[in-house]
Amino acid sequence: MAHGAGGKASRKLVEGLFAPLLFGSTPGPLGDSAHIDINGSTVAITTDSFVVKPLRFPGGSIGELAVNGTVNDLAVSGARAEAVVVTFVLEAGLPTPVLEAEVRAMAKAARDAGVRIAGGDTKVVEHGKADQMYVTTTGIGRLLHGVTIDPSSVRVGDKILLSGPIGDHGITILLARGELDLEADLRSDTRSVLPLVETLVHAAGPGVRWMRDPTRGGAATSLNELARDCGLGMVLFEDQIPVRDTVRGACELLGLDPLHIANEGQFLAVVSPEYADAAINALSLAPGGGEAQVIGEVREQPAGTVLVTTRYGGSRIVDMLVGDPLPRIC
Amino acid sequence: MRFVDEFREPELISKTAEEIRRLAGSDRHYRLMEVCGGHTHAIYRFGLKDILPENIELIHGPGCPVCVLPMGRIDDGLSIAQNPDVIFAAFGDMMRVPGTQGSPLEHKARGMDVRIVYSPSDALKLARLNPEKHVMFFAIGFETTAPSTALTLMRAKAEGIHNFSVFCNHVTIIPAIRAILDSPDMRLDAFIGPGHVSTVIGCRPYEWIAQDQDKPIVVSGFEPLDMLQSIVMLLRQLKGREAKVENQYKRVVPWEGNRAALRAMAEVFQLRPYFEWRGLGFISQSALRLNDKYAAWDAEQRFEVPGIRVTDPKAAQCGEVLKGVLKPHQCKLFGRECTPEHPVGALMVSSEGSCAAYHNYEHRKAAMATSLTSIA
Repeated sequence: MAHGAGGKASRKLVEGLFAPLLFGSTPGPLGDSAHIDINGSTVAITTDSFVVKPLRFPGGSIGELAVNGTVNDLAVSGARAEAVVVTFVLEAGLPTPVLEAEVRAMAKAARDAGVRIAGGDTKVVEHGKADQMYVTTTGIGRLLHGVTIDPSSVRVGDKILLSGPIGDHGITILLARGELDLEADLRSDTRSVLPLVETLVHAAGPGVRWMRDPTRGGAATSLNELARDCGLGMVLFEDQIPVRDTVRGACELLGLDPLHIANEGQFLAVVSPEYADAAINALSLAPGGGEAQVIGEVREQPAGTVLVTTRYGGSRIVDMLVGDPLPRIC
Repeated sequence: MRFVDEFREPELISKTAEEIRRLAGSDRHYRLMEVCGGHTHAIYRFGLKDILPENIELIHGPGCPVCVLPMGRIDDGLSIAQNPDVIFAAFGDMMRVPGTQGSPLEHKARGMDVRIVYSPSDALKLARLNPEKHVMFFAIGFETTAPSTALTLMRAKAEGIHNFSVFCNHVTIIPAIRAILDSPDMRLDAFIGPGHVSTVIGCRPYEWIAQDQDKPIVVSGFEPLDMLQSIVMLLRQLKGREAKVENQYKRVVPWEGNRAALRAMAEVFQLRPYFEWRGLGFISQSALRLNDKYAAWDAEQRFEVPGIRVTDPKAAQCGEVLKGVLKPHQCKLFGRECTPEHPVGALMVSSEGSCAAYHNYEHRKAAMATSLTSIA
């Protein structure tokens, strides 16, 4: 199960099995989409599966998550989603209104994000062989002008930007499952990040080196992947990382680290220092970007590692997540 | 956030750290053991080692209930849950702890009905909701969690819920501290006393540590400022050649403990004559079982339990690390055969285990070439 949780085990599966057998022996850094040359023009393509439980949760549902997740994977790889195809895997007996609600949510998310749903497929499996419904998407996009995403271009001194508060989605889902008997006024952050990415590219395009949407495994996992890909250290300033009090409180109670919690509407970016102010200024003025922050910087040491420093002089290594985040009680 | 931010105030922290440096001087070395795994986790999470002077060494104690649980107990619990009518319920802490055939999460992936619960009463709720199934709560923890298990059993008895049982692994902290102090290769100056355990048992049970063993002990909270202040209190005692029990965590810990919680434990549990601790071996009167009044809810009596004993691999030096004789990274397996993804020894399992905490937060820092003093 840990192999699907976005952390270390997922990476091992991709690097140890999928990449060597499917993409050739020495894959480069693995981005959020692949860029393919067709008759001289380059397109970005990505695919994703959605198995969220419960299907609906405060702030969103699987249908719109599927569209936004795909748009976001393309956006952070420097592309604007043009079209998405969708596959539904349905468990026999799924009530029609449940399915209809998700299809409507999907249509609305596509309209809002300005992307066309171009086709799809449906499979029904026996009752008990799937959990209500799964959605798989494939998205294709056109590259944004004026930006190149490449982890090997990251340099010492670059700034690490975060588009807004982390942990909202993961904690919302954890609470929505109803197993914890905890309640909080919290909504998933699910949204298309494309408008903010376009704002960033417009304001600081030549300085943007890398972007990633920190979904499963959280910001810590995305930054660990970057640290490993570029061989540099990612040093974060804990008090600069935006986290809502509700999320902080839930994490304190459950023994979780907000840096390991999933997000569906935020992105991380590494920007060269001379463009950092312009990037933050532009993001702050854009709708939904008011809480964007510089949360850290790239250093030579600790190489290949994410280090969080506190205001009072302590520091800690934050590794990739191993498996799903589990509450700690005793 | 209240009750958190005021204990992470940078100015107060640096003042307290300054006081520690002044008291510690440079003429001698201090070895302080934090008994509780929660403290171990906090030390690494808040990077307290960066703040403390070098001559203050923190030794990680035995207070991580997941870490000290022998693998055979996990195998026993999981073997009961092989029965398709049984739901295995446990805290999240337990889910990744390996048995010989894999962890509860791995058993879940293979089809076992395994549920994560936040409290024992949630497990009882599961039993009410699934009357055709039997819910077995795999109970772990020191006196911190034992009262809630006790209250849940009292409720099950009062309501006559019989499709519920407890596989009891509750342990008690005092015999573990005694075992550490009895160990011949142990040299300790003082103890940072467990915070949450003490909310239940109070501070009196530690008096023998001060009186008979001549070691200071300060019951401490879990925020950075709590722990630093506790270290100040310990250093003051050591400097003044005193040995007494002090309570730094007064906002939570009453000196006499929580009588209602202790009554509930007395109603439900009795001491086992002995119990095996992973890394420490058998310790007499160190664990709890359900007493005869609650036999009907005791999973060990209701089900066939194989009573599996699994010895840790010889190369793993968990016992030495647990007693503070070795640092985590000095173990031969650390970071090679034994990692948080594939723990060989117990201390690598829980994030409160000293090896996992060290692995997650610390060991690469040690290899860092440049100083971090320039960080804003």
